[in-house]
Amino acid sequence: MAIPEIRTAPPRSLPFWQSRTFQDRAWSIAVTIILWVGALSFLMPLFWMISTSLKSDKQVFAVPTVWIPIPPIWENYPNALTRIPFLLFLRNSLITSVIPVIGAVLSASMVAYAFARLRWPGRNIWFLILIATMMLPGQVTMIPIYVVYSKIGWVNTFLPLTVPWFFGGAFYIFLLRQFFLGIPSELSDAALIDGCSHPGIWWRIILPLSKPALTTVAIFTFLLTWNDFFGPLLYLRSERLYTLQVGLQYFREQYSVQWQELMAASTVVLLPVLIIFFLGQRLFVQGITLTGLKG
Amino acid sequence: MSALTRRLMRNHSKGYWREAAMGYLMAAPWLIGFLVFTAGPILLSFFYSFTSFQVTTPPRWLGLTNYRILLFDDPKFHTSLYNTAYYAIFVVPLTIITGLIVAVLMNQRIAGRSLLRTIYYLPSVVSGVASAMLWLWILNPKFGLINVALSWFGIKGPPWLNSAEWSKPALIVMSLWGIGGTMIIYLAGLQSVPQSLLEAAEIDGAGAWRRFRHITLPILSPTILFTMITSTIGSFQVFTQAYVWGGGAGGGQRDSLLFYVLYLYQRAFNELKMGYASALAWILFLIILALTIIQFRFAQRWVYYEGGDEGRII
Repeated sequence: MAIPEIRTAPPRSLPFWQSRTFQDRAWSIAVTIILWVGALSFLMPLFWMISTSLKSDKQVFAVPTVWIPIPPIWENYPNALTRIPFLLFLRNSLITSVIPVIGAVLSASMVAYAFARLRWPGRNIWFLILIATMMLPGQVTMIPIYVVYSKIGWVNTFLPLTVPWFFGGAFYIFLLRQFFLGIPSELSDAALIDGCSHPGIWWRIILPLSKPALTTVAIFTFLLTWNDFFGPLLYLRSERLYTLQVGLQYFREQYSVQWQELMAASTVVLLPVLIIFFLGQRLFVQGITLTGLKG
Repeated sequence: MSALTRRLMRNHSKGYWREAAMGYLMAAPWLIGFLVFTAGPILLSFFYSFTSFQVTTPPRWLGLTNYRILLFDDPKFHTSLYNTAYYAIFVVPLTIITGLIVAVLMNQRIAGRSLLRTIYYLPSVVSGVASAMLWLWILNPKFGLINVALSWFGIKGPPWLNSAEWSKPALIVMSLWGIGGTMIIYLAGLQSVPQSLLEAAEIDGAGAWRRFRHITLPILSPTILFTMITSTIGSFQVFTQAYVWGGGAGGGQRDSLLFYVLYLYQRAFNELKMGYASALAWILFLIILALTIIQFRFAQRWVYYEGGDEGRII
């Protein structure tokens, strides 16, 4: 269907700055400049962190500010990392992040399959409850859960930080359900007729087709657990169990603040987050679109 | 076999029951998790909130005492509630407005759009102790990035975390660094604004502002409601920054960083007053619930649902 072009060129009498093209272009240049200035200021904190991590003691407190330390003091990194049992904390952080990733992906996808593909009495009510639990502040359940863990001897082990992830997380179930609903049911119907069971369809058909959504869940879980401070603070008492987050705080409390070393340690702790962010950025955006947050 | 079961059995084929059993089986992890990690603890926590309980000895019934002390006789509770409300009142609207502005500006054809999106989104995934440490240094009154930048404009920067007046604004500034999460949600929402509608309005002579006000904003309104609710809930749960900035279990200068959850943490895990802390948790729950309900109520006035109320998620 052809829409007649009714937009006409500006009349000759208008000065150029009132012309449509000029205004459009000026507007888009202004927007570009504003956004780039904003973007640079958003990057400044990270630049500041890395810059500080490479400064000498004197440069940290120099006036005027040293922006790019020459030569960079690379020793700050080994110095910071040998003050704490870094490799041990790293191992602990990996344990309390990787196991939850496995647990969340497996359990949430299985539950999401039940919500998306199976008909069972009470399903819709349970789904409403699931959504309601997303709004519940964790502090309400935190104390009884802590009490139970301490009674069964789980405090000061990794169990409270890993086991609950095998019981599906409401947000991930929701996200994966939305994704599964979008997978055509012909495929699984054919498999059903061929005698494939539902767990078989979940494992052999749905999971391979859902790699982007599963990766989103994995990334979200990793970032959440890697950055988590509250959980480890609550449950890990001995130093040998500390994660990097708790270790970093401990590091600051133990030694008089050496900003260059503290920033070096912070950079190292944030590094996996940044790497995963750059690898998985596209998927995050998809994940957000997927949950249908637009309502 | 009861009459009811027989009737049910007649109405449904064998396949129905098999599928129902499979449904419960596959949903079992969450169903069990819900009972063990949510429903059970909610009931227990409600019970604890009426008791004096120190983990090692059994809970002792106190009736409403915890709630009475908390509401009428606990200045720290009032301080923490004030601090949290102060933070929420500023941070929720600021996050929504700046997030919306950045998203709308970025939703146009501009040079380097995807790189810009990455840059704005990046800080929102940087959280935890490391970012709290980083901001501790950025907010250093003498040598920190912010006050150095302010000095270029001849402004003498405030003492930030070293003063009770400026510590909460400092946290608000830091929170604005994380608006990327909200921005990305709006960007996703903006994809559902029909281009044809905007073009039709433009042909009819509607200017940029009117197109935004009467087309983009209504279509985005459910998304705005969603971010409003989640960021309100989030703002009531600040913890890590307050803990790190307050130097361990403190609350900053004159308790100016004693936020609700930090106070709850102190009562529960430093003093082992589990009953009292449970009462605190329930008050928090009620506040969040009330705020959520109020936001939904008001939402009916300004949120537009395409195709009516059917099939909406929130």
